[in-house]
Amino acid sequence: MKDLIELLNVFAGLSLMAIGGGTAVIPEMEHQTVTVHQWVSSTQFAAIYSLGQLAPGPNMTMVGILGYHAAGVPGYFLVLFAFYFPALMLTYIVSHIWDNFRDNPWRDALQRGLAPITIGLMLSGVYAVGKTASFNLERPLWFNAVTMGFGLAIVLLLFWKRINPALLILACGVIGWFVLR
Amino acid sequence: MNNPPNPAQPPSVARLFIAFALIGVSSFGGGLIAYLRDVVVDREHWLDEDEFLGALEIGQTLPGLNSTNVAVIVGRKLKGAPGAAAASLGLILPGALILIVLGLLYARFHGNPDVTAALAGVAAAAVGLLLQVTLKIGGRQFLRPKDLLFIIPTFLMVGVFHVSLVATLFLLAPIAIWMNRPRPSKDGDTSQTAPKSAP
Repeated sequence: MKDLIELLNVFAGLSLMAIGGGTAVIPEMEHQTVTVHQWVSSTQFAAIYSLGQLAPGPNMTMVGILGYHAAGVPGYFLVLFAFYFPALMLTYIVSHIWDNFRDNPWRDALQRGLAPITIGLMLSGVYAVGKTASFNLERPLWFNAVTMGFGLAIVLLLFWKRINPALLILACGVIGWFVLR
Repeated sequence: MNNPPNPAQPPSVARLFIAFALIGVSSFGGGLIAYLRDVVVDREHWLDEDEFLGALEIGQTLPGLNSTNVAVIVGRKLKGAPGAAAASLGLILPGALILIVLGLLYARFHGNPDVTAALAGVAAAAVGLLLQVTLKIGGRQFLRPKDLLFIIPTFLMVGVFHVSLVATLFLLAPIAIWMNRPRPSKDGDTSQTAPKSAP
């Protein structure tokens, strides 16, 4: 029960802080679930995040799995609710009154001002997952070379050509199956 | 923006749910906004291009996922509160059901060396994907000193030093918004014509 309430607090808070999209809260989510509450290990967090990239739909629905590890099936659904509902409710209400502000110049200031902060948060997300999944000092050097290589290859491939990222991720999983042991 | 050219017959709530659930089950690999635009604007003509961009703008500015926010706005526009609920649930539920299965498999097999090896590859790839999306959305912001002034401190505070997200936002956002405050055009500030970030 205590875990459920903690889950609710953490994920409802994250919901309302996710400016510019869900990826902005990955670093804080990692910090809360791994370091503060120890619901999952950092390796598990990285694995669960990447499972989320394999499933269709919004790419943050994997938060439910974090809830499952903390508090079983009730945790799964509670976290989904806590992570999605507050932000959706806010959008529902604000979209009612948004049109009144259409010509307010401060709206532009808000968007322009928040844009670089969102990018900084997304970079933090890359770092939060990458420090476990890409460059991990507990692993041998060759292992890190492979994982860094996967990441770099994906960045280059996606800038070069429009490929469905889910296919690339699956491909790296298959190669990893043979190589990363 | 023109008057909302409401379609002759707004779809039923059930139809909305099914349309969004089809997106939710088929949209592998991210890029949900493109799938949404495809269905809402091109296929069903529920919104015109301008209205969709307007919805996207709200969805990006407010907290939460851009895709689910857009679903709420589109659903509300077409069918009020039931429409908003149907659209957002439709988008989320299929992935959530698939992730229950993946999550249970993971919880059961994460000690297995085969699974560990495959997931190490998957996780390394996911980092690459996240980095590419960040670089793409960030784009020219990485070259503008005015933007770097916020990108770097945000990264250091949240990513490296684990300053809480609330504190970081309350410290940096007001300054960032103030620096972009509306100014009379005699300023001739060219950065004001910078393009908005992509979804």
